[in-house]
Amino acid sequence: MPKISIEDLKKIKERERGRMILREGEYRAKITVHMGTCGIAAGAREVMTLFRDVIGQRDIDDVILTNSGCAGLCAKEPMITVEVKGQSPVKYILVDREKAMRIFEDHVLGGKPVEEYALAKGSETAAT
Amino acid sequence: MQDLSLHILDVAENGIQAGASLIRIEVDEDTRADILEITLEDNGRGMDSEFLAKVLDPFVTTRTTRKVGLGLSLFQQAAREADGDLTIASTPGVGTTVHVTMRHSHIDRKPMGDMADTLTALIEGNPDVDLVYVHRKDGSEYVLDTRELRAELEDVPLNHPSVARLIHDNVESSLKELMRG
Ligand SMILES: Nc1ncnc2c1ncn2[C@@H]1O[C@H](COP(=O)(O)OP(=O)(O)O)[C@@H](O)[C@H]1O
Ligand SMILES: [Mg+2]
Repeated sequence: MPKISIEDLKKIKERERGRMILREGEYRAKITVHMGTCGIAAGAREVMTLFRDVIGQRDIDDVILTNSGCAGLCAKEPMITVEVKGQSPVKYILVDREKAMRIFEDHVLGGKPVEEYALAKGSETAAT
Repeated sequence: MQDLSLHILDVAENGIQAGASLIRIEVDEDTRADILEITLEDNGRGMDSEFLAKVLDPFVTTRTTRKVGLGLSLFQQAAREADGDLTIASTPGVGTTVHVTMRHSHIDRKPMGDMADTLTALIEGNPDVDLVYVHRKDGSEYVLDTRELRAELEDVPLNHPSVARLIHDNVESSLKELMRG
C-alpha cells in the first residue's frame, strides 16, 4: 500500500519554512468540534470534514480545527466552539452544513458571532 | 451510530479523554475465515477491575455533565448483532484495549464507513497524540504512523491544514486500493 511519501511531506515543510507556522497563539481563529458519543452520532465528524474542506479550498493556514470531548448537551449536538483571537469563545448548537458555512464566513473570517445559532448564555448547565 | 468508522472514532476519543499519548487502531478483515476484527489500544489512565466490570452497563460514566455512558455499550450491541462481541482489558496507569469481533458477511454487520474522515479528525483534532493505524485485508495491509510523519515534518505541526489534507487523501486512496484487493 502507498505510504505517505517523504517527498510530499518535504514539500509541505519547504513551503512552510519562512511562512508563519501555525502554532497555538499564532492563529486567527480556533474551531473546536465536540466529539462525544452524542456529537459523533449527530454528525460532528461531518462538521469537521466540512470545515477542513473550506479551509483547504481557500488555502487558509491560520485557522485551527481541533476537537474536544463531550459538551454535555446531547440534544444540542453537534456543537462547536469558535474562538476568534482576542474575543471570548462562542458555543454553537445543532450545527449543520448551512449553519457551519455561515458561522465560518461571519464569525471565523469576519469576526462577528452569529447570535441566532449560539447557545443561549446561562444554558450550559441545563442538562438534557 | 451508522457505521464502524464512527464507533471507532468514539472509542478512540475515550482513550484521548483518558490522557493517552498513543492510540493504536487495528482493523483486520479476513474474508475467508469470515471475521472482522477491530482492536483499539491506548496508553491512557486505564480503569480498575471494579469499574471495568460494569463499564459496559449503559448507565456507567465518569463524566459529570451527563449521567449515561453510551459509547462502549452501543459498540458492543453492534458487534453482538453481527454474531460477535466487544471485550475490554484495562490496567490502571498502563492503558486500555478494546477488542471487537464480528462476522464479516453477517447481514447486520455495520459497514466500515469513512475511515479517512475518522483518522483525519482524530489526528487533526488531537495533534499532540500519536496514532498508529493498521488495516489488513486478506494478507495485504496499510499502515499509518504519525510518529514517522512527525519526524519528517520537523516543526510543521500535524494539524497544519495541508498535512491534514495529505493524510486524508492518502488514507482514502490506500484503503480504496486495499479493498479492491
Ligand atoms: N480507553 C479508556 N480509558 C480509560 N477510561 C475509559 C476508556 N474508555 C472508557 N472509559 C471509562 O468508561 C466510561 C464509559 O465510557 P463510554 O461508554 O464511552 O461513555 P462516555 O464516554 O460517554 O462516558 C467513561 O466515562 C470512562 O470513565
Ligand atoms: Mg465515550
